[in-house]
Amino acid sequence: MKEGYKLIYKRPKTLLDTRMHYCPGCFHSTIHKLLMEVIDEMGIQEKTVGICPVGCSVFAYDYMDVDMQEAAHGRAAAIATAIKRMLPDRIVFSYQGDGDLAAIGTAETIHACNRGENFSFIFINNGIYGMTGGQMAPTTLEGQKTTTSPYGRDPEKAGPPIKMSEIVSQFERVAYVERVSCNTPANSRKAKRAIRRSFEYQIQGLGTTFVEVASNCPSGWKCTPEESLNWLKERVFPYYPLGVFKEPPKK
Amino acid sequence: MGEIKFMKGNEALAEAAIRAGLQAYFGYPITPQSEVIEYLAKEEPKHTYTLLQAESEVSAINMIYGGAGAGARVMTTTSSPGFSLMQEGVSYIACAEIPCLLVNVVRGGPGLGTIQPSQGDYFQAVKGGGHGDYHMIVLGPNSVQEMVDHTFLGFELADKYRCPALILSDGAIGQMMEKVVLPEPVPYKPNKPWATTGKPPDRERNILTSLYIQSEEMEKKNLILQEKYKKIVKNEVRFEEYQTDDAEIVIAAFGLTSRISKKVVDLGREEGIKIGLFRPISLWPFPMNQIAEIASRDCVKFFISVEMNAGQMVEDVRLAVSGKKPVYFYGRMGGIIPTPAEIFNAIKEHIKNQE
Repeated sequence: MKEGYKLIYKRPKTLLDTRMHYCPGCFHSTIHKLLMEVIDEMGIQEKTVGICPVGCSVFAYDYMDVDMQEAAHGRAAAIATAIKRMLPDRIVFSYQGDGDLAAIGTAETIHACNRGENFSFIFINNGIYGMTGGQMAPTTLEGQKTTTSPYGRDPEKAGPPIKMSEIVSQFERVAYVERVSCNTPANSRKAKRAIRRSFEYQIQGLGTTFVEVASNCPSGWKCTPEESLNWLKERVFPYYPLGVFKEPPKK
Repeated sequence: MGEIKFMKGNEALAEAAIRAGLQAYFGYPITPQSEVIEYLAKEEPKHTYTLLQAESEVSAINMIYGGAGAGARVMTTTSSPGFSLMQEGVSYIACAEIPCLLVNVVRGGPGLGTIQPSQGDYFQAVKGGGHGDYHMIVLGPNSVQEMVDHTFLGFELADKYRCPALILSDGAIGQMMEKVVLPEPVPYKPNKPWATTGKPPDRERNILTSLYIQSEEMEKKNLILQEKYKKIVKNEVRFEEYQTDDAEIVIAAFGLTSRISKKVVDLGREEGIKIGLFRPISLWPFPMNQIAEIASRDCVKFFISVEMNAGQMVEDVRLAVSGKKPVYFYGRMGGIIPTPAEIFNAIKEHIKNQE
């Protein structure tokens, strides 16, 4: 540090110093950073095992300096279940997109939540299949155009967008559910706090914790990063409201 | 010394798994192997293993991936339709090089099929089943005792080569009761520095993956796997021979049909017909060289592969024999177990036709 300079911000040490493959404006990189900041601040790098999904964050282990397993599409919750049961004193998180968690892996998600598996879901809901080139997701909004809903999602055909936070908060053994976003610095701070809470409740053994990030996809949405922020505010948040859906009773 | 018991095949396998140091079982009930999870559920309070009834076989095989990836000795058991559901996971496990023991107590197919015994999953077991170039070590027990022995062996080989090992049993071996000698429990001390247990400061992070998006990297991974498979082929071929020394007719059979065929050898010998039995115990790696050697003997007139399917292992026998001698097939399907008499008759037909 040069004399006269004060360090006010740096990359978390658990976030590897490498070039990311994410598109400009995508929240994945922000969420990776927040997640690794939480791990650093809690001092749990040595005790953390992550699972990455199939989707844009399939390479998350290239960026996170923790032990990780790469799951088959949709199966992260099954893998997390087994890791946590084998290593109950570790902190286990699954990092999954909407296709992974809410379409192909719905059964694994629902049953892990129903059993109250004591790990944390970090659920990135950007309403589209980014990695495969912008197809419709279970969370694509009504009327939203994608390559497989070129005239807009028709709920008569595809059903309405699925609300996972609302669904999983119904389960008795799910301890904490919050939907957050990263569209503003304030919301990013809230997202980080939610991730931290989910890990803390996991350490306390309270049950499944679930943080949904209402995320973006400028490339898939065919817009600029800035326009994607507007779309979030105008279209996504009214349907997917931010906030706490379930939390442990206050002592 | 072990403990002598009279047990059902499925239960003996479950007990053997406990004694071999099982740390977790993940599975989904399906006939004719549900006794495995039932036995483990009943015994659970006496032991420290984790038992979880998954929501599906798809989930179970991925729990195997996760649990074994965390360094534990894990097993799942299923039957044919369930094993089909697991194939994607098996391919991932093979590529990520995660050791585990899988058991398929085969029933008649295709489709929902029947709950009666079959060997119709031979191709699925030894040729892949899942996508991509991979192998499992496949063991074919033909007795309740071997359900026990192969459980120990399967765990051991899986760890040794960091690969999935499969016991390819069938509904008859799983359901029948026989005398077994159960070995004393062995303490399991895993040495798995690759496992994802949390990254201490003194090592790089461990990553278990089957994703190599660059072609060069994916080919490199494949070459590593193929090197490993070569070692397995070299070291782990297992087989049994019965009266093959002077045999003119060689029955090739695995699992249940190898036991029935042993009787056929005796029936033949009583009538002065020199029949022998060659029984592959490891179905992959397949005893190619041993069969090739027998095929080159002058006294051998033909081979006949006896299976409970439409003719699957017979293709490997033909590959091994490589045109040196005729290779015939006799099989029953749909869960029907062939009798020694009908196999013997089929052999006599071939003798008549050859004369």
